[in-house]
Order: sequence, then structure tokens, then C-alpha cells
Amino acid sequence: MKLSRKTAALAAVLAGVLAAGSACGADDDGGSGRITLVVDTFGSFGYEELFTQYEKDNPGVKIEHRNEKEHEKVYVPKLLQYLEAGSGAGDVVALEEGILTSLRGQADRFVDLADHGGAALESDFIKWKWDLGKSVDGSSLMALGTDVGSLALCYRTDLFAKAGLPTDRAEVGRLWPTWADYVATGERFQAKVSGTRFVDGPAALFNAILSQEAPKHGNYTYFDTSENYVADKNPAVKTAFDLVNSLKAKNLSSGLKSFTPEWQTGFKKDSFATMACPAWMLGVIKENSGDAYADKWDVAAVPGGGGNWGGSYLAVPKQSKHPEEAAELAKFLTGPQSQIAAFKAVNALPTSPQALADPQVAQAVNGYFNDAPVGEIFAAGASSLQPVRLGVKNVEVRTVFEDVLIAIGQGKLTPAEGWTKAVEDGRDKAE
Amino acid sequence: MKQNRPLARAVTWFDLKAAPYVLISPYFLLFAVFGLFPLGFTVWVSLHDWELAGDRAWLGFTNYTELLVDADFWNAVVNTLGMFVLATIPQLLLALVLANALNKRMRFRLLYRLGVLVPMVTSIVAVAVVFGQLFARDHGAFNWLLGTDGLDWQADKLTSWTAISVMVDWRWTGYNALIYLAAMQAIPRDLYEAAAIDGASPRRQFWRITVPMLRPAIIFTALTSTIGGLSLFTEPVMFAQGDVGGGSLGQFQTVAMYMYESAFRDRDYGYASAVAWMLFLLILLVSLVSFLFTRRIGGTK
Repeated sequence: MKLSRKTAALAAVLAGVLAAGSACGADDDGGSGRITLVVDTFGSFGYEELFTQYEKDNPGVKIEHRNEKEHEKVYVPKLLQYLEAGSGAGDVVALEEGILTSLRGQADRFVDLADHGGAALESDFIKWKWDLGKSVDGSSLMALGTDVGSLALCYRTDLFAKAGLPTDRAEVGRLWPTWADYVATGERFQAKVSGTRFVDGPAALFNAILSQEAPKHGNYTYFDTSENYVADKNPAVKTAFDLVNSLKAKNLSSGLKSFTPEWQTGFKKDSFATMACPAWMLGVIKENSGDAYADKWDVAAVPGGGGNWGGSYLAVPKQSKHPEEAAELAKFLTGPQSQIAAFKAVNALPTSPQALADPQVAQAVNGYFNDAPVGEIFAAGASSLQPVRLGVKNVEVRTVFEDVLIAIGQGKLTPAEGWTKAVEDGRDKAE
Repeated sequence: MKQNRPLARAVTWFDLKAAPYVLISPYFLLFAVFGLFPLGFTVWVSLHDWELAGDRAWLGFTNYTELLVDADFWNAVVNTLGMFVLATIPQLLLALVLANALNKRMRFRLLYRLGVLVPMVTSIVAVAVVFGQLFARDHGAFNWLLGTDGLDWQADKLTSWTAISVMVDWRWTGYNALIYLAAMQAIPRDLYEAAAIDGASPRRQFWRITVPMLRPAIIFTALTSTIGGLSLFTEPVMFAQGDVGGGSLGQFQTVAMYMYESAFRDRDYGYASAVAWMLFLLILLVSLVSFLFTRRIGGTK
């Protein structure tokens, strides 16, 4: 008797341990027969209404949306951790072009969308966007494009009026044919207005200028076409670096880091009057500023004439328990009609020729931005955009440069010290 | 009966010798799976060029030799030790004073005692939002109070360490105070009565009776604070709004943050594992020092 009681107790303990262990890992919601697809995104993709529609059209699917505002330092580390661990990633994950580039050599971690009818969609995408979605050896269709980042410049009309500058978007665009003119305009602005800085911070501007300069110097940035680290030799990097620092030296920059809470608060505190605006940034501005700032922002041409910054993809990690359904969802979300819907929601500029030509895009105006003809501003140049070639370690090196620019803004480094540090730290990351 | 003898003997043997081990084995099994195995596996990983979501290759001790000359790593060590000193010493002293105050007779005593635990149960997200605004550069509450408008708390080592130490102390002082309070209540009253009859002032009673009698509790809190302080991660990451870089130049990057950065931003698992082991050694070392130091509290044994 004594023994059996002990055995029973032991069995109970073990059973408890096992039960606790197996309690995790439950995935689908019970016996309802619906499967849950988790979608991971960052920033603003404008998918909320599409999710609702998809759930309505596919009663067997429930969508759970997980969003991180910050990309490089919050979203990417988590995603990589999930990929390495083999679990935890969404069934559909958003990949910014930089991080996609570094994952293109690891196609085995992602479902080949060509196995799920993806190959037939080629004509739905701009050629280079489609090609970048394939693995390095071209054997697997890893990801489908969501949007491209055609560049413009956003500015606050009310603050421009206060500074005695023109407010009409065509006239504003004529103020700054080059970045030097942009800096000169900034000085005029800052002479009249004190509480607000001319530009939000160094990082966005740096990336925007770099994406414009790159095509003039071999169309690459920190890494050349053979993956050699060339940040110190590529004039594009130095030009962008110096331009951003000249804004700081003239006290025109608020020195804020994009996508931090302080930057987000800055929209409502009038901390800055202009910012570099890839198409997807319009959604971010609207979200952070709120209704009180409707019609106070407008969109003008970017100095230096056009550019391509950012743009993303959707992929299905192999670890997904529902690859078939996830691939269907990814195909739906990147379809021309969905791209139009995302454009309407957050101005994510379509990467589908059909969607770009659609009057709903080409002739679109954005009510929040003084009825700016965003279709004309962004879509017009989109099909002629060329992708800047990014290295595998692009994200790591970019982060180094952004941090150094912030440190220069904090007065912790001189621009010369900063350049040396950025180049050397970048080299460390590149190795 | 005779046939059953060997069985009965076996049962008795099992009952006396084996059963206790079987009964305590779940803990050791769990410890082996979740404690020992990761520890050993980290060593294995640290000897490789182990890329997160990528290739891996044998390296030997290269990760460690690189680490020893890595300026970023030593910067993180300095930051960690700096914040440890800046946060822990005031924290334990404050907890001691707080516990002494809570040990007095007063109205609503239970309310106060529960009150010190509130920071511990506050959602970490709320803490991040509130402290983010308190220490904000533009329109921040502390800058307004101190008249240091536009001071960027994240720009300098000392200001960022101070801000983070305030967050750490806000969260953990109450916890330590409660441990001291529990230990104080175990001190026999007659010691105080005897001291009072001998004319000892409350201050003297505190230093000569309370503190020496608390020695085991102080050693315990010193050790847990050392382990917690040296593996500091959550507060500085919250202070940087989720960035493990710890400021533009790593002004407040701790070793734990550097480990995370190596693993998940640079995707170098091997290097991160080497950092983990160095952190383990650092914690052992500092724990030993703080144990030897706190053991001397209250003078002679």
C-alpha cells in the first residue's frame, strides 16, 4: 500500500509536469474548424480592411495581425529569432527590401510560392520587384512585392506660411531643385520660426538622399556588386552624410530618431516642418498627427529629382502550419486590387503595373494632405524606378550610420570623427 | 512467504534508498533540460561561427579572444558596473530605511506595506511610456522640473545611467524593503526592550540591533541585486524604446543588451554565446565580492 501510494503520487507529479508542458503549443481555436493565420507587419501596411474582407470571403480563416512600429531594431530582431528558432513567426511575414536581400540566400526557410500558384502572377508586378522576390539562385519564389517607395517631400503649410515661405506645392517644389537649395530654404525658415526645426531628424533624410545618389555611382550604397564593403569609397554615402550634417551644423534639424515615441510626439508638438516622404510615409504622418493636423501637411517634389526608398514584400515562412492557406492570403494581399486598397488606406505605392495605371491610384488625391494629387506625384515615376542594389549586411551597416548621425546631432561626435567611426564600425558589421 | 522475500527486500530497498531520489527527480529533470543543457549548449555554440538563420562553422576560442579586445564589449561592462553601483547601493539603503519605517506602528500600515509592491505589478509597457515621457528631451517632465530644457538624457553616460537607475530603483526598492521587513519582524522584541532600558536611542537600536540581525537578509538581497543588476536588460531597453544598442554610441548598453545585439541584430549566435559566458563569469566574480562585503556588515560575528 505504501508503495502504491508513492507511485500514485509520483505519477500525479509527472502527469502534472507533462500537462503543463503540453498546454503550450495549442494553436487553432478549439473545435470551431477555423484556422488562425498570423500576419506580422511593421509600420503601416493599410491591411485592416483587407483582413476583414478576407475573413468574410473565407469563413474558415481568422486573421491575427501583429504590428511593430519600429523596423530595424524591434521587428527584424524578433523575426530573425523566430526564423532561427523554427517557430513563432507569423504565417505571413512582411519583409522590407533590405532584410529580404539578406535572406535571399536562405530560401529553404520560406515556402516556395511558385508551388502555390504564385508563378502565374508575374505580370502583376513590375519586373525588378518580381525578380528581387526570388531566391539568389532564382529557383524559389520567396516573396511577393507589396509596394515601392517613390520619394517626395512632406511639409507643413501652416508653418511655411508663418515663415513667409510659399505654401503651394508647385511653388514649394521650385524652392528646392537641389538639396543645397533645400538647406538654403531651411535657413530662411529657421530665421523666422524658433520653436520648430526645419527637418525631423537625420536618418530618414540620409536614407532618402543616399537612395538618390546611389544611381549616380554604380547604383549601390555600402556594398558594391561583388559584395565588397565600399562605404568609405562610394561618393554617394559621403555626399548624403555631409548633406545631413550640414543641416545639423546650421541647427535646422530636430535630431529625432524616426519611429521613436519622441518622434511620434513631435508631430503633435510641431517639432519639425518637413520630412523625407516615401509614399508609405503619408500613412505614418496621418496616423501620428491625427485629425487636428488635417490639411496642415502637404506633399511637394523631392530635391534632387525622384528616388526610390524602401518598399516591402510578403513571404510565408516554412514553419507555418498552414502554408497553403498562408500562401493564398499572401497572394490576395499582394494582388492588384489589394494594392489599390492599401494605397487608398496608407498610400503604399503599388508595385503592380495594373494598379499603378488604375485611375483610383493614378488620379488619387489625399484628403488629409490638402487634396494633394498623390497619384500623380508618386505613381508617375514609379514604373521608371530602378532598384538600388543592397548588400546582404545592408541593414546592419545602415543602422551604424544612423546611430552615428544621431550621435553627431547630440554633439557627442564631430562630423569628421563620426565619418571615421561610421566607416570603421560599418566595416566591423560587414565582416 | 519465503518466495516473496526477495521481492519484499527489493521493495524495502526501493522504499528506503531509491524512492526519495525518484520523488525529487522531477526538479532535477527539469533543471537538466532547462538549466544544465542550455548552459552546456551555449559553450558548444560559443565555439562556433554560428550565424542566426544561416551557416555555422567550428572556430575554437576565436570568439573569446575577439571578445577580450572588443571595445564595445568593455564599454558594455563599464556601463553595467556603473549602473549596478549607481542603482543598487541607494536601492538597498533606501529599502532598509523604508522597511524600518514600515515596521513602526502607524495607521493604515497594511496599505503602505502593500503600496511598496505596486511598482512591481505595474505593466512594463506602462512603465516604459511613463518614464519615456519623464525623461524625454523635448517637453520632458524632469527637464521642466530641473530647468534643464532640451537636455538629452540619452546623450551622456552619466545622465542615461541616472535615468535608468531611477527606473530600476522605482521597480525593485519595494521588493527588497519587503524582504527586510519580513526579517525585521523575526527579530525578538526583548532585544529592543533591553536596549531601551539601557538607554539606547532608536538610531542606535537600528544600527546595533536591526542591521546586524538582518545580515542574512542583506546578504540575500545583495546577491539577488547583483545578479539582477549585472544582467540588467529590461529597463535600459525600455529607456531606449526597444533598441538594444543602448544609445547612439552605446552610452547605456549593458552586457545583456550587447549579447542580444550580437545574437539578433548581428545574427552571430556564437559570439553572443561567448558574451553570455563572460557575463556569467562577471556575475560570479561580483557576487563573490558583494558576498564578502555584506558578510562583514554588523562587525564581529
